[in-house]
Amino acid sequence: MSKRIEVNNLNVYYDKFRAVEDVNLTIEPRTVTAFIGPSGCGKSTFLRTLNRMHEVIPKARVEGEVLIDGNNLYGPGVDPVLVRRQVGMVFQRPNPFPTMSIRDNVLAGVKLNNKRISKTDADDLVEKSLRGANLWNEVKDRLNLPGSGLSGGQQQRLCIARAIAVSPDVVLMDEPCSALDPISTLAIEDLIEELKQEYTIVIVTHNMQQASRVSDKTAFFNIAGTGKPGKLIEYNDTATIFSKPTIQATEDYVSGRFG
Amino acid sequence: MATARMTASAAPTPTGEIKAKKRLGDILFSGSTVTAGWIIVVVLAAVAIFLIAQSIPALIADPADIKGAPASFWAYVGPLVFGTLWAAVIALAIALPIAIGIALFISHYAPRRLAQGLGYLIDLLAAVPSVVFGLWGIKVLAPFVRPGYEWLATNLGWIPLFSGPVSGTGRTILTVAIVLAVMILPIITALCREVFLQTPRLHEEAALALGATRWEMIRTAVLPFGRPGIISASMLGLGRALGETMAVAMVLSPAAVISFVLLQSQNPTTIAANIALNFPEAAGVNVNVLIATGLVLFVITFAVNALARYAINRRKAFSGAN
Repeated sequence: MSKRIEVNNLNVYYDKFRAVEDVNLTIEPRTVTAFIGPSGCGKSTFLRTLNRMHEVIPKARVEGEVLIDGNNLYGPGVDPVLVRRQVGMVFQRPNPFPTMSIRDNVLAGVKLNNKRISKTDADDLVEKSLRGANLWNEVKDRLNLPGSGLSGGQQQRLCIARAIAVSPDVVLMDEPCSALDPISTLAIEDLIEELKQEYTIVIVTHNMQQASRVSDKTAFFNIAGTGKPGKLIEYNDTATIFSKPTIQATEDYVSGRFG
Repeated sequence: MATARMTASAAPTPTGEIKAKKRLGDILFSGSTVTAGWIIVVVLAAVAIFLIAQSIPALIADPADIKGAPASFWAYVGPLVFGTLWAAVIALAIALPIAIGIALFISHYAPRRLAQGLGYLIDLLAAVPSVVFGLWGIKVLAPFVRPGYEWLATNLGWIPLFSGPVSGTGRTILTVAIVLAVMILPIITALCREVFLQTPRLHEEAALALGATRWEMIRTAVLPFGRPGIISASMLGLGRALGETMAVAMVLSPAAVISFVLLQSQNPTTIAANIALNFPEAAGVNVNVLIATGLVLFVITFAVNALARYAINRRKAFSGAN
């Protein structure tokens, strides 16, 4: 299920502006990798290149390669639609489809591409995904009510259930807790710990405590100034990044001296 | 009860309620909005009272006095109600899919510049006066569609809808419906486009990130989000089609029949067109009869709007407004 991600010489552009410069890193399967760094340093932009969501913005483009188990996502003839089925994504703000019930939200990805699924299989999948997202007990009696009626934290877990229902290899999370209260944040963090057993997880976060709590490895991104591209400064085991980083900028950032 | 407790504990003054300070600007502004609100009520009441008062003589009149000597007033208005609804529904059935298609093309497929140009073109279509559409219907559309009608009658004539003989002029209820469809296309398209453009980016990206193709993204995020808007737009279009007078009056040569056939020369006409055609020569109780048909049209349009509101409210929890 989970796969290794290898990024080679990746440059990310918005039209002529280079947002991220020359990233090289390798993410091991069944690990949690956190991207940290100041706002605007390109960590979310970089994350979105890992499932080709970057290019849905007009004139956005990518140079370099992203290999998932050796297959280049940006190779010729690769269908971004199929890439996104392999690499799921959870967004900064919870975004369940407001017009769908909780159940239909979970099944939304599965029902794409005119796939047929029997009712019992669908029921099983809904339960499995919602259990996987630690949400089943809270919503099992109201599966047919709209997903937008849940609390923010529940909605975010619903989005995670929706993402894992299609059995992706990798789950990307773009600041998944930034709109949530501490209790809901804790629930998501516990969930990330469990999801790690099956999925490769990459999480962008502004919260350094969160990065140190949930991740195995941490990548620190930074920019030299506004208008300059973001760069990967340091990438190492989370413990190392937060205790004895090799680069001064990383130490300044994680110790709170700037950013 | 809650209010009582609140006032008892929160407001020590015996008067209870806390009054906001009245400022001149607030008073003027609230006064003008209240006036504007009342104007609509007064105008509506004035129209309704006129319609009802003038209709009563028609309802109690001897049917023999009504033009064409029908069995009763209801026998007179029946075919007109049918014609009105039938023409409007066909027009909506033709216009709605095209309008949604154009709106989606503008909002999600076309390059920006082309989308803008197309938007202006649609607005231009809305600026064409209905009498021009009537002329176009007679001079251009009717002769143009006649061979198509012949083909339909020959090949699909076994469906009662398309049974022959085909009208020699091509000026049938279907032609009218096509003209009406063209007329209501701009308003439906413009509203749908606005609604589709307002789909939250977050929902579109949610669909795309699940591995949706462009069409699947539209189906899972854009169309459900726009559903209330599509319904409102359709009802506005339907309302316009129901009340349209000139184009129908010009294209159709009416008969007092209830008939679903689309291609023959015997066609029911609409209430509005019937009033326009007969009012200049009407006298006595026949004037009241025409006004009474107007009242019926008023009720129908009102019912259509109420139905649309009901359809939108029924699934409010799923509308995405919360």
